[in-house]
Amino acid sequence: MSANLINLLLEATGQTLYMVAISAILGTLFGLPLGLFLATSQRGELLSAPWVNKILGLVVNATRSVPFIILVVAIIPFTRMVAGTSIGTTAAIVPLTIATVPFIARLVENAIREVDSGLIEAARAMGATPVQIIRKVLLPEALPGITLGLTLAIVSLIGYSAMVGAVGGEGLGDLGIRYGYQRFMPDVMAIVVIILIVLVQLVQSIGERIATAVDKRATKSGGQ
Amino acid sequence: MTDTNIQGASIAFDRVGKAYAKAGGATVNALEGVSLDVASGSITGIIGRSGAGKSTLLRMVNGLERPTSGNVLVGGQDVGAAKGAKLRMIRRDVGMIFQHFNLLSSRTVAGNIALPLEVAGVPSAQIKPRVADLIDRVGLSAQAGRYPAELSGGQKQRIGIARALATGPKVLLSDEATSALDPETTQTVLALLKDINRDLGLTILLITHEMAVVRDIASHVAVIDAGKIVEHGATYDIFTAPQHATTRSFLSGVTGVMLPAFVKERLTQTAPEVDGEEVVRVTFAGAHATDPMLARLTQDMGIPVNILAGAVEEIGTRPFGNLLVSMPIAQAGQARAFLEQHGLLTEVLGYVG
Repeated sequence: MSANLINLLLEATGQTLYMVAISAILGTLFGLPLGLFLATSQRGELLSAPWVNKILGLVVNATRSVPFIILVVAIIPFTRMVAGTSIGTTAAIVPLTIATVPFIARLVENAIREVDSGLIEAARAMGATPVQIIRKVLLPEALPGITLGLTLAIVSLIGYSAMVGAVGGEGLGDLGIRYGYQRFMPDVMAIVVIILIVLVQLVQSIGERIATAVDKRATKSGGQ
Repeated sequence: MTDTNIQGASIAFDRVGKAYAKAGGATVNALEGVSLDVASGSITGIIGRSGAGKSTLLRMVNGLERPTSGNVLVGGQDVGAAKGAKLRMIRRDVGMIFQHFNLLSSRTVAGNIALPLEVAGVPSAQIKPRVADLIDRVGLSAQAGRYPAELSGGQKQRIGIARALATGPKVLLSDEATSALDPETTQTVLALLKDINRDLGLTILLITHEMAVVRDIASHVAVIDAGKIVEHGATYDIFTAPQHATTRSFLSGVTGVMLPAFVKERLTQTAPEVDGEEVVRVTFAGAHATDPMLARLTQDMGIPVNILAGAVEEIGTRPFGNLLVSMPIAQAGQARAFLEQHGLLTEVLGYVG
Protein backbone atom coordinates (compact mmCIF):
# COMPACT_ATOMS: atom_id res chain seq x y z
CA MET A 1 0.00 0.00 0.00
CA SER A 2 1.34 3.38 -0.90
CA ALA A 3 2.37 5.99 1.66
CA ASN A 4 -0.25 8.21 0.13
CA LEU A 5 -3.03 5.77 0.99
CA ILE A 6 -1.76 5.32 4.52
CA ASN A 7 -1.83 9.11 4.93
CA LEU A 8 -5.38 9.18 3.59
CA LEU A 9 -6.45 6.50 6.05
CA LEU A 10 -4.83 8.26 9.00
CA GLU A 11 -6.40 11.55 8.00
CA ALA A 12 -9.83 9.96 7.58
CA THR A 13 -9.59 8.27 10.98
CA GLY A 14 -8.70 11.63 12.53
CA GLN A 15 -11.68 13.28 10.83
CA THR A 16 -14.06 10.56 12.03
CA LEU A 17 -12.77 10.85 15.59
CA TYR A 18 -13.12 14.64 15.40
CA MET A 19 -16.73 14.52 14.17
CA VAL A 20 -17.75 11.81 16.62
CA ALA A 21 -16.03 13.43 19.61
CA ILE A 22 -17.47 16.92 19.07
CA SER A 23 -20.97 15.59 18.29
CA ALA A 24 -20.85 13.30 21.33
CA ILE A 25 -19.85 16.18 23.61
CA LEU A 26 -22.47 18.55 22.19
CA GLY A 27 -25.07 15.76 22.12
CA THR A 28 -24.46 15.02 25.80
CA LEU A 29 -24.49 18.71 26.69
CA PHE A 30 -28.00 19.07 25.29
CA GLY A 31 -29.25 15.48 25.55
CA LEU A 32 -28.48 14.91 29.24
CA PRO A 33 -30.57 17.80 30.58
CA LEU A 34 -33.30 17.04 28.05
CA GLY A 35 -33.41 13.40 29.15
CA LEU A 36 -33.42 14.42 32.81
CA PHE A 37 -36.33 16.73 32.18
CA LEU A 38 -38.27 14.10 30.22
CA ALA A 39 -37.76 11.63 33.06
CA THR A 40 -38.98 13.97 35.79
CA SER A 41 -41.68 16.16 34.27
CA GLN A 42 -44.69 13.91 33.78
CA ARG A 43 -47.75 14.69 35.89
CA GLY A 44 -47.01 14.33 39.58
CA GLU A 45 -43.27 13.93 39.11
CA LEU A 46 -40.52 16.10 40.60
CA LEU A 47 -40.59 18.85 37.97
CA SER A 48 -44.19 18.19 36.95
CA ALA A 49 -44.85 20.00 33.67
CA PRO A 50 -46.99 17.54 31.71
CA TRP A 51 -47.61 19.78 28.69
CA VAL A 52 -43.99 20.73 28.14
CA ASN A 53 -43.12 17.07 28.63
CA LYS A 54 -45.61 16.02 25.96
CA ILE A 55 -44.43 18.59 23.43
CA LEU A 56 -40.74 17.80 23.97
CA GLY A 57 -41.54 14.12 23.73
CA LEU A 58 -43.20 14.70 20.36
CA VAL A 59 -40.23 16.69 19.08
CA VAL A 60 -37.84 13.97 20.24
CA ASN A 61 -39.89 11.27 18.55
CA ALA A 62 -40.21 13.27 15.34
CA THR A 63 -36.45 13.84 15.14
CA ARG A 64 -35.78 10.19 15.82
CA SER A 65 -38.21 9.07 13.11
CA VAL A 66 -36.37 10.88 10.33
CA PRO A 67 -33.77 8.64 8.68
CA PHE A 68 -30.35 10.17 9.28
CA ILE A 69 -29.45 10.63 5.62
CA ILE A 70 -32.70 12.57 5.06
CA LEU A 71 -32.13 14.66 8.19
CA VAL A 72 -28.69 15.63 6.87
CA VAL A 73 -30.17 16.99 3.65
CA ALA A 74 -33.33 18.44 5.19
CA ILE A 75 -31.51 20.70 7.64
CA ILE A 76 -28.94 22.08 5.18
CA PRO A 77 -30.21 25.68 5.61
CA PHE A 78 -29.93 25.34 9.39
CA THR A 79 -26.46 23.83 9.06
CA ARG A 80 -25.37 26.76 6.91
CA MET A 81 -26.71 29.18 9.52
CA VAL A 82 -24.83 27.51 12.37
CA ALA A 83 -21.58 26.46 10.73
CA GLY A 84 -21.35 29.12 8.05
CA THR A 85 -21.23 26.42 5.39
CA SER A 86 -23.23 23.30 4.63
CA ILE A 87 -20.31 21.36 3.19
CA GLY A 88 -17.36 19.74 4.94
CA THR A 89 -16.40 17.86 8.06
CA THR A 90 -17.17 20.65 10.53
CA ALA A 91 -20.54 21.30 8.91
CA ALA A 92 -21.33 17.57 9.30
CA ILE A 93 -21.16 17.98 13.09
CA VAL A 94 -24.46 19.89 12.98
CA PRO A 95 -26.70 17.05 11.69
CA LEU A 96 -24.73 14.52 13.76
CA THR A 97 -25.43 16.50 16.92
CA ILE A 98 -29.07 17.04 16.05
CA ALA A 99 -29.58 13.33 15.48
CA THR A 100 -27.75 12.43 18.70
CA VAL A 101 -29.45 14.82 21.14
CA PRO A 102 -32.87 13.09 21.12
CA PHE A 103 -31.21 9.67 21.12
CA ILE A 104 -29.11 10.51 24.19
CA ALA A 105 -32.14 12.17 25.78
CA ARG A 106 -34.16 8.94 25.53
CA LEU A 107 -31.27 6.82 26.79
CA VAL A 108 -30.78 9.15 29.76
CA GLU A 109 -34.53 9.20 30.40
CA ASN A 110 -34.59 5.39 30.52
CA ALA A 111 -31.60 5.26 32.85
CA ILE A 112 -33.20 7.78 35.23
CA ARG A 113 -36.52 5.93 35.19
CA GLU A 114 -34.69 2.76 36.21
CA VAL A 115 -33.83 4.35 39.56
CA ASP A 116 -35.96 2.79 42.31
CA SER A 117 -38.83 5.16 43.14
CA GLY A 118 -38.27 4.27 46.82
CA LEU A 119 -35.08 6.31 46.71
CA ILE A 120 -36.97 9.38 45.54
CA GLU A 121 -39.47 8.82 48.31
CA ALA A 122 -36.69 8.49 50.89
CA ALA A 123 -35.11 11.73 49.66
CA ARG A 124 -38.45 13.53 49.74
CA ALA A 125 -38.97 12.27 53.29
CA MET A 126 -35.59 13.85 54.20
CA GLY A 127 -36.85 17.22 53.04
CA ALA A 128 -34.81 17.30 49.83
CA THR A 129 -35.73 19.80 47.11
CA PRO A 130 -36.38 18.51 43.56
CA VAL A 131 -32.99 19.86 42.46
CA GLN A 132 -31.26 18.09 45.38
CA ILE A 133 -33.06 14.86 44.51
CA ILE A 134 -31.84 15.10 40.91
CA ARG A 135 -28.27 15.99 41.85
CA LYS A 136 -27.74 13.75 44.84
CA VAL A 137 -29.99 10.79 44.09
CA LEU A 138 -31.11 10.41 40.48
CA LEU A 139 -27.90 11.29 38.63
CA PRO A 140 -25.48 9.29 40.82
CA GLU A 141 -27.83 6.28 40.94
CA ALA A 142 -28.42 6.37 37.17
CA LEU A 143 -24.73 6.84 36.37
CA PRO A 144 -24.05 3.22 35.32
CA GLY A 145 -27.07 3.30 32.99
CA ILE A 146 -26.18 6.72 31.62
CA THR A 147 -22.62 5.56 30.93
CA LEU A 148 -23.87 2.57 28.95
CA GLY A 149 -26.34 4.81 27.12
CA LEU A 150 -23.60 7.25 26.10
CA THR A 151 -21.48 4.32 24.92
CA LEU A 152 -24.34 3.18 22.72
CA ALA A 153 -24.81 6.72 21.42
CA ILE A 154 -21.12 7.06 20.51
CA VAL A 155 -21.18 3.72 18.70
CA SER A 156 -24.14 4.82 16.61
CA LEU A 157 -22.44 8.18 16.01
CA ILE A 158 -19.51 6.30 14.45
CA GLY A 159 -22.04 4.65 12.13
CA TYR A 160 -23.81 7.93 11.29
CA SER A 161 -20.51 9.67 10.64
CA ALA A 162 -19.96 7.32 7.69
CA MET A 163 -23.02 8.80 5.95
CA VAL A 164 -22.05 12.46 6.04
CA GLY A 165 -19.94 12.04 2.89
CA ALA A 166 -23.24 12.84 1.17
CA VAL A 167 -22.79 16.50 2.14
CA GLY A 168 -19.04 16.66 1.76
CA GLY A 169 -18.20 15.47 5.23
CA GLU A 170 -15.01 13.46 5.18
CA GLY A 171 -13.86 10.62 7.39
CA LEU A 172 -13.63 6.84 7.16
CA GLY A 173 -17.06 6.26 5.63
CA ASP A 174 -16.43 8.81 2.91
CA LEU A 175 -13.01 7.30 2.16
CA GLY A 176 -14.49 3.84 1.92
CA ILE A 177 -17.15 4.98 -0.56
CA ARG A 178 -14.87 7.09 -2.76
CA TYR A 179 -11.84 4.78 -2.91
CA GLY A 180 -13.17 1.38 -1.97
CA TYR A 181 -16.41 1.52 -3.96
CA GLN A 182 -16.13 4.14 -6.69
CA ARG A 183 -12.45 3.42 -7.54
CA PHE A 184 -12.75 -0.35 -7.05
CA MET A 185 -10.12 -0.60 -4.30
CA PRO A 186 -11.46 -3.43 -2.11
CA ASP A 187 -8.35 -3.37 0.09
CA VAL A 188 -9.15 0.23 1.11
CA MET A 189 -12.72 -0.78 1.83
CA ALA A 190 -11.51 -3.70 3.97
CA ILE A 191 -9.09 -1.52 5.95
CA VAL A 192 -11.81 1.11 6.54
CA VAL A 193 -14.18 -1.55 7.85
CA ILE A 194 -11.48 -3.01 10.09
CA ILE A 195 -10.65 0.41 11.55
CA LEU A 196 -14.36 1.03 12.20
CA ILE A 197 -14.70 -2.36 13.92
CA VAL A 198 -11.69 -1.59 16.12
CA LEU A 199 -13.06 1.86 16.99
CA VAL A 200 -16.46 0.45 17.97
CA GLN A 201 -14.86 -2.33 20.02
CA LEU A 202 -12.67 0.20 21.80
CA VAL A 203 -15.54 2.55 22.63
CA GLN A 204 -17.73 -0.34 23.77
CA SER A 205 -15.16 -1.90 26.10
CA ILE A 206 -14.08 1.44 27.60
CA GLY A 207 -17.75 2.33 28.17
CA GLU A 208 -18.48 -1.00 29.82
CA ARG A 209 -15.41 -0.69 32.01
CA ILE A 210 -16.45 2.73 33.27
CA ALA A 211 -20.04 1.57 33.82
CA THR A 212 -18.84 -1.40 35.88
CA ALA A 213 -16.52 0.80 37.91
CA VAL A 214 -19.30 3.21 38.88
CA ASP A 215 -21.86 0.46 39.48
CA LYS A 216 -22.02 -0.42 43.18
CA ARG A 217 -25.34 -2.24 42.94
CA ALA A 218 -23.92 -5.73 43.10
CA THR A 219 -20.94 -7.19 44.88
CA LYS A 220 -18.15 -8.06 42.50
CA SER A 221 -16.31 -11.31 42.84
CA GLY A 222 -12.95 -10.70 44.44
CA GLY A 223 -13.95 -7.14 45.26
CA GLN A 224 -13.13 -5.53 48.61
CA MET B 1 -24.15 10.56 70.49
CA THR B 2 -23.76 14.26 70.85
CA ASP B 3 -27.45 14.93 71.35
CA THR B 4 -28.32 12.96 74.46
CA ASN B 5 -32.01 13.72 74.45
CA ILE B 6 -34.23 14.99 71.67
CA GLN B 7 -37.70 15.79 72.88
CA GLY B 8 -40.20 13.68 70.98
CA ALA B 9 -43.19 15.25 69.29
CA SER B 10 -46.78 14.13 69.56
CA ILE B 11 -48.78 13.20 66.48
CA ALA B 12 -52.49 13.86 66.18
CA PHE B 13 -54.76 12.56 63.45
CA ASP B 14 -58.02 14.45 63.54
CA ARG B 15 -60.88 12.96 61.49
CA VAL B 16 -58.48 12.20 58.68
CA GLY B 17 -59.86 10.99 55.38
CA LYS B 18 -58.27 10.13 52.05
CA ALA B 19 -60.44 9.71 48.98
CA TYR B 20 -59.17 8.76 45.54
CA ALA B 21 -61.07 9.51 42.37
CA LYS B 22 -61.52 6.33 40.40
CA ALA B 23 -62.05 6.11 36.65
CA GLY B 24 -65.73 6.57 35.92
CA GLY B 25 -66.28 9.21 38.59
CA ALA B 26 -66.52 6.93 41.60
CA THR B 27 -64.42 7.68 44.67
CA VAL B 28 -62.60 5.20 46.85
CA ASN B 29 -62.12 6.01 50.51
CA ALA B 30 -58.69 4.75 51.51
CA LEU B 31 -59.15 6.31 54.94
CA GLU B 32 -62.29 7.53 56.64
CA GLY B 33 -62.65 9.60 59.81
CA VAL B 34 -59.43 8.40 61.40
CA SER B 35 -58.75 10.05 64.76
CA LEU B 36 -55.77 8.94 66.76
CA ASP B 37 -53.47 10.60 69.27
CA VAL B 38 -49.91 9.36 69.43
CA ALA B 39 -48.27 10.43 72.67
CA SER B 40 -44.89 12.12 72.56
CA GLY B 41 -42.12 9.63 73.28
CA SER B 42 -44.30 6.55 72.84
CA ILE B 43 -43.83 3.63 70.48
CA THR B 44 -47.14 3.19 68.72
CA GLY B 45 -47.94 0.43 66.28
CA ILE B 46 -50.57 0.60 63.57
CA ILE B 47 -51.51 -2.88 62.47
CA GLY B 48 -53.65 -3.85 59.52
CA ARG B 49 -53.80 -6.07 56.48
CA SER B 50 -52.34 -4.88 53.21
CA GLY B 51 -54.68 -2.38 51.63
CA ALA B 52 -56.21 -1.40 54.98
CA GLY B 53 -54.79 2.10 54.65
CA LYS B 54 -52.00 1.95 57.24
CA SER B 55 -49.29 2.98 54.80
CA THR B 56 -51.33 5.97 53.62
CA LEU B 57 -51.88 6.99 57.22
CA LEU B 58 -48.17 6.76 58.08
CA ARG B 59 -47.10 8.71 55.01
CA MET B 60 -49.37 11.59 56.01
CA VAL B 61 -47.13 12.26 59.00
CA ASN B 62 -44.33 13.53 56.73
CA GLY B 63 -46.57 14.82 53.99
CA LEU B 64 -45.76 12.14 51.40
CA GLU B 65 -49.54 11.77 51.26
CA ARG B 66 -52.04 14.53 51.90
CA PRO B 67 -55.36 14.01 53.62
CA THR B 68 -58.45 14.97 51.60
CA SER B 69 -60.25 15.78 54.85
CA GLY B 70 -59.22 16.36 58.45
CA ASN B 71 -55.85 17.36 59.86
CA VAL B 72 -52.57 15.71 60.74
CA LEU B 73 -50.57 17.55 63.37
CA VAL B 74 -46.97 16.78 64.25
CA GLY B 75 -45.74 18.64 67.31
CA GLY B 76 -48.68 20.99 66.78
CA GLN B 77 -47.79 21.78 63.16
CA ASP B 78 -50.32 21.02 60.45
CA VAL B 79 -48.49 18.78 57.98
CA GLY B 80 -51.35 18.44 55.54
CA ALA B 81 -51.44 22.20 54.96
CA ALA B 82 -47.67 22.75 54.80
CA LYS B 83 -46.00 23.24 51.43
CA GLY B 84 -42.57 23.93 49.97
CA ALA B 85 -39.89 25.09 52.39
CA LYS B 86 -42.15 24.78 55.42
CA LEU B 87 -42.98 21.16 54.60
CA ARG B 88 -39.28 20.41 54.08
CA MET B 89 -38.52 21.86 57.52
CA ILE B 90 -41.15 19.60 59.10
CA ARG B 91 -39.72 16.62 57.23
CA ARG B 92 -36.31 17.19 58.80
CA ASP B 93 -38.00 16.62 62.16
CA VAL B 94 -39.50 13.33 60.98
CA GLY B 95 -37.17 10.47 60.13
CA MET B 96 -38.41 7.48 58.15
CA ILE B 97 -37.26 3.91 57.63
CA PHE B 98 -38.55 1.59 54.93
CA GLN B 99 -39.28 -2.08 54.30
CA HIS B 100 -36.82 -2.18 51.40
CA PHE B 101 -34.35 0.21 53.09
CA ASN B 102 -34.21 2.61 50.11
CA LEU B 103 -30.48 3.18 50.39
CA LEU B 104 -28.42 4.76 47.62
CA SER B 105 -26.42 2.00 45.99
CA SER B 106 -23.89 4.56 44.76
CA ARG B 107 -22.97 5.73 48.25
CA THR B 108 -21.09 4.00 51.05
CA VAL B 109 -22.59 3.44 54.48
CA ALA B 110 -21.13 6.76 55.64
CA GLY B 111 -22.27 8.49 52.44
CA ASN B 112 -25.84 7.30 52.88
CA ILE B 113 -25.99 8.54 56.45
CA ALA B 114 -24.50 11.88 55.41
CA LEU B 115 -27.18 12.47 52.76
CA PRO B 116 -29.90 14.03 54.96
CA LEU B 117 -27.26 16.28 56.53
CA GLU B 118 -26.08 17.45 53.09
CA VAL B 119 -29.70 18.01 52.13
CA ALA B 120 -30.22 20.10 55.27
CA GLY B 121 -27.18 22.21 54.40
CA VAL B 122 -25.04 21.14 57.35
CA PRO B 123 -21.39 22.24 56.79
CA SER B 124 -19.20 19.29 55.79
CA ALA B 125 -16.89 19.82 58.78
CA GLN B 126 -19.83 19.00 61.05
CA ILE B 127 -21.14 16.13 58.93
CA LYS B 128 -18.12 13.88 59.45
CA PRO B 129 -18.18 13.62 63.26
CA ARG B 130 -21.96 13.40 63.26
CA VAL B 131 -21.91 10.49 60.79
CA ALA B 132 -19.22 8.73 62.81
CA ASP B 133 -21.41 9.03 65.93
CA LEU B 134 -24.43 7.62 64.12
CA ILE B 135 -22.50 4.72 62.61
CA ASP B 136 -21.20 3.90 66.05
CA ARG B 137 -24.69 4.01 67.54
CA VAL B 138 -26.02 1.43 65.08
CA GLY B 139 -22.90 -0.71 65.41
CA LEU B 140 -21.56 -0.48 61.85
CA SER B 141 -18.18 1.17 62.49
CA ALA B 142 -16.34 -1.64 60.70
CA GLN B 143 -18.51 -1.22 57.59
CA ALA B 144 -18.41 2.58 57.22
CA GLY B 145 -16.64 2.49 53.86
CA ARG B 146 -18.68 -0.34 52.35
CA TYR B 147 -21.51 -0.18 49.86
CA PRO B 148 -25.05 -1.33 50.76
CA ALA B 149 -24.90 -4.20 48.23
CA GLU B 150 -22.11 -5.76 50.29
CA LEU B 151 -24.16 -5.85 53.49
CA SER B 152 -26.91 -8.03 54.95
CA GLY B 153 -30.55 -6.98 55.30
CA GLY B 154 -30.17 -6.28 58.99
CA GLN B 155 -27.10 -4.14 58.40
CA LYS B 156 -28.92 -2.25 55.65
CA GLN B 157 -31.79 -1.47 57.99
CA ARG B 158 -29.27 -0.22 60.56
CA ILE B 159 -27.96 2.21 57.94
CA GLY B 160 -31.56 3.21 57.28
CA ILE B 161 -32.08 3.87 60.99
CA ALA B 162 -28.85 5.87 61.31
CA ARG B 163 -29.82 7.89 58.23
CA ALA B 164 -33.28 8.56 59.65
CA LEU B 165 -31.73 9.81 62.90
CA ALA B 166 -29.12 12.02 61.23
CA THR B 167 -30.98 15.31 61.43
CA GLY B 168 -32.06 14.69 65.03
CA PRO B 169 -35.75 14.12 64.33
CA LYS B 170 -38.51 14.23 66.94
CA VAL B 171 -40.47 11.46 65.26
CA LEU B 172 -39.38 8.22 63.59
CA LEU B 173 -41.73 6.57 61.11
CA SER B 174 -41.25 2.90 60.38
CA ASP B 175 -42.88 1.53 57.24
CA GLU B 176 -42.83 -2.28 57.71
CA ALA B 177 -39.15 -1.92 58.62
CA THR B 178 -38.71 -5.55 59.65
CA SER B 179 -41.00 -7.25 57.13
CA ALA B 180 -38.12 -8.11 54.80
CA LEU B 181 -35.92 -9.48 57.58
CA ASP B 182 -35.60 -12.94 59.11
CA PRO B 183 -36.94 -13.42 62.66
CA GLU B 184 -33.55 -13.21 64.35
CA THR B 185 -32.54 -10.01 62.55
CA THR B 186 -36.00 -8.61 63.23
CA GLN B 187 -35.34 -9.00 66.95
CA THR B 188 -32.04 -7.10 66.80
CA VAL B 189 -33.54 -4.28 64.73
CA LEU B 190 -36.52 -4.00 67.08
CA ALA B 191 -34.15 -3.93 70.05
CA LEU B 192 -32.23 -1.09 68.39
CA LEU B 193 -35.47 0.87 67.86
CA LYS B 194 -36.37 0.33 71.51
CA ASP B 195 -32.96 1.60 72.63
CA ILE B 196 -33.28 4.66 70.45
CA ASN B 197 -36.73 5.42 71.81
CA ARG B 198 -35.41 5.08 75.37
CA ASP B 199 -32.17 7.02 74.86
CA LEU B 200 -33.38 9.81 72.60
CA GLY B 201 -36.98 10.07 73.72
CA LEU B 202 -38.28 10.40 70.18
CA THR B 203 -41.74 9.23 69.21
CA ILE B 204 -41.85 6.09 67.05
CA LEU B 205 -44.85 5.37 64.86
CA LEU B 206 -44.66 2.06 63.05
CA ILE B 207 -46.89 0.16 60.71
CA THR B 208 -46.80 -3.60 60.45
CA HIS B 209 -48.92 -6.60 59.64
CA GLU B 210 -47.21 -8.66 62.31
CA MET B 211 -48.70 -8.63 65.78
CA ALA B 212 -45.38 -9.97 67.11
CA VAL B 213 -43.70 -6.66 66.24
CA VAL B 214 -46.38 -4.77 68.17
CA ARG B 215 -46.05 -7.14 71.13
CA ASP B 216 -42.26 -6.78 71.20
CA ILE B 217 -41.89 -3.02 71.14
CA ALA B 218 -45.11 -1.01 70.98
CA SER B 219 -46.58 0.55 74.10
CA HIS B 220 -49.75 1.43 72.18
CA VAL B 221 -51.46 -0.08 69.20
CA ALA B 222 -54.17 0.90 66.75
CA VAL B 223 -55.88 -1.70 64.59
CA ILE B 224 -56.94 -0.46 61.17
CA ASP B 225 -59.37 -2.24 58.90
CA ALA B 226 -60.79 -1.02 55.58
CA GLY B 227 -59.67 2.56 56.18
CA LYS B 228 -60.99 2.87 59.72
CA ILE B 229 -59.43 2.44 63.13
CA VAL B 230 -61.48 -0.31 64.74
CA GLU B 231 -59.66 -0.51 68.03
CA HIS B 232 -56.84 1.28 69.81
CA GLY B 233 -55.28 1.44 73.24
CA ALA B 234 -52.40 0.21 75.34
CA THR B 235 -50.83 -2.89 73.80
CA TYR B 236 -51.34 -4.97 76.92
CA ASP B 237 -55.05 -4.18 77.05
CA ILE B 238 -55.56 -4.92 73.38
CA PHE B 239 -53.73 -8.22 73.69
CA THR B 240 -55.53 -9.36 76.79
CA ALA B 241 -59.01 -8.14 75.88
CA PRO B 242 -59.40 -7.66 72.14
CA GLN B 243 -62.84 -6.37 71.19
CA HIS B 244 -62.88 -6.41 67.39
CA ALA B 245 -62.85 -9.46 65.13
CA THR B 246 -59.92 -8.11 63.08
CA THR B 247 -57.86 -7.69 66.24
CA ARG B 248 -58.68 -11.24 67.30
CA SER B 249 -57.65 -12.65 63.99
CA PHE B 250 -54.31 -10.82 64.15
CA LEU B 251 -53.83 -12.09 67.70
CA SER B 252 -54.61 -15.69 66.88
CA GLY B 253 -51.57 -15.66 64.63
CA VAL B 254 -49.20 -14.33 67.25
CA THR B 255 -50.34 -15.94 70.46
CA GLY B 256 -49.94 -19.26 68.70
CA VAL B 257 -52.73 -20.77 70.76
CA MET B 258 -54.98 -22.64 68.39
CA LEU B 259 -57.34 -25.53 68.88
CA PRO B 260 -55.87 -28.84 67.87
CA ALA B 261 -57.38 -30.03 64.60
CA PHE B 262 -59.19 -33.01 66.12
CA VAL B 263 -61.12 -30.68 68.44
CA LYS B 264 -61.68 -27.96 65.88
CA GLU B 265 -63.31 -30.38 63.46
CA ARG B 266 -65.83 -31.51 66.05
CA LEU B 267 -66.57 -28.03 67.42
CA THR B 268 -70.22 -26.94 67.21
CA GLN B 269 -71.83 -23.65 68.13
CA THR B 270 -74.81 -25.18 69.90
CA ALA B 271 -74.55 -27.36 72.99
CA PRO B 272 -75.30 -31.03 72.35
CA GLU B 273 -78.48 -32.47 73.99
CA VAL B 274 -76.65 -35.12 75.90
CA ASP B 275 -73.68 -34.28 78.07
CA GLY B 276 -70.69 -32.88 76.26
CA GLU B 277 -67.82 -30.50 76.84
CA GLU B 278 -67.65 -26.74 76.60
CA VAL B 279 -64.52 -25.33 74.94
CA VAL B 280 -63.37 -22.11 76.58
CA ARG B 281 -60.53 -19.68 75.95
CA VAL B 282 -59.12 -18.48 79.28
CA THR B 283 -56.93 -15.40 79.25
CA PHE B 284 -54.76 -14.74 82.26
CA ALA B 285 -53.66 -11.15 82.55
CA GLY B 286 -51.87 -8.96 85.03
CA ALA B 287 -51.29 -10.21 88.55
CA HIS B 288 -53.21 -13.44 87.94
CA ALA B 289 -51.19 -14.55 84.98
CA THR B 290 -49.03 -16.76 87.10
CA ASP B 291 -51.64 -17.99 89.60
CA PRO B 292 -52.47 -21.70 89.41
CA MET B 293 -56.17 -21.03 88.85
CA LEU B 294 -56.97 -24.16 86.89
CA ALA B 295 -55.45 -26.33 89.57
CA ARG B 296 -57.68 -24.61 92.13
CA LEU B 297 -60.69 -25.22 89.90
CA THR B 298 -60.03 -28.94 90.07
CA GLN B 299 -58.95 -29.10 93.71
CA ASP B 300 -61.44 -26.72 95.34
CA MET B 301 -64.50 -27.30 93.15
CA GLY B 302 -63.87 -30.75 91.76
CA ILE B 303 -64.34 -29.70 88.16
CA PRO B 304 -62.19 -31.72 85.75
CA VAL B 305 -60.43 -29.38 83.35
CA ASN B 306 -58.91 -30.64 80.16
CA ILE B 307 -56.17 -28.43 78.71
CA LEU B 308 -56.17 -28.41 74.89
CA ALA B 309 -53.56 -25.76 74.16
CA GLY B 310 -51.86 -22.88 75.87
CA ALA B 311 -49.00 -20.44 76.17
CA VAL B 312 -47.72 -17.76 78.51
CA GLU B 313 -46.14 -14.69 76.95
CA GLU B 314 -44.76 -11.32 77.93
CA ILE B 315 -45.81 -7.92 76.68
CA GLY B 316 -43.28 -5.43 77.86
CA THR B 317 -42.51 -6.93 81.24
CA ARG B 318 -46.05 -8.06 82.02
CA PRO B 319 -46.94 -11.69 81.54
CA PHE B 320 -50.16 -12.89 80.00
CA GLY B 321 -51.36 -16.38 79.32
CA ASN B 322 -53.79 -17.93 76.95
CA LEU B 323 -55.27 -21.37 77.57
CA LEU B 324 -57.81 -23.38 75.63
CA VAL B 325 -59.61 -25.78 77.92
CA SER B 326 -62.67 -27.99 77.89
CA MET B 327 -64.96 -28.71 80.83
CA PRO B 328 -68.22 -30.65 81.29
CA ILE B 329 -71.09 -28.43 80.16
CA ALA B 330 -73.00 -28.90 83.40
CA GLN B 331 -70.24 -27.33 85.49
CA ALA B 332 -68.81 -24.94 82.93
CA GLY B 333 -70.95 -21.95 83.91
CA GLN B 334 -69.87 -22.26 87.51
CA ALA B 335 -66.24 -22.61 86.50
CA ARG B 336 -66.31 -19.55 84.26
CA ALA B 337 -67.88 -17.47 87.03
CA PHE B 338 -65.10 -18.58 89.38
CA LEU B 339 -62.40 -17.64 86.88
CA GLU B 340 -64.01 -14.27 86.10
CA GLN B 341 -64.20 -13.54 89.81
CA HIS B 342 -60.46 -13.98 90.02
CA GLY B 343 -59.77 -11.54 87.22
CA LEU B 344 -59.41 -13.97 84.33
CA LEU B 345 -61.14 -13.48 81.02
CA THR B 346 -63.16 -16.30 79.49
CA GLU B 347 -64.65 -16.75 76.07
CA VAL B 348 -66.80 -19.71 75.00
CA LEU B 349 -65.55 -21.00 71.66
CA GLY B 350 -68.07 -23.83 71.19
CA TYR B 351 -68.96 -27.32 72.24
CA VAL B 352 -67.89 -30.84 71.53
CA GLY B 353 -70.18 -33.83 72.00
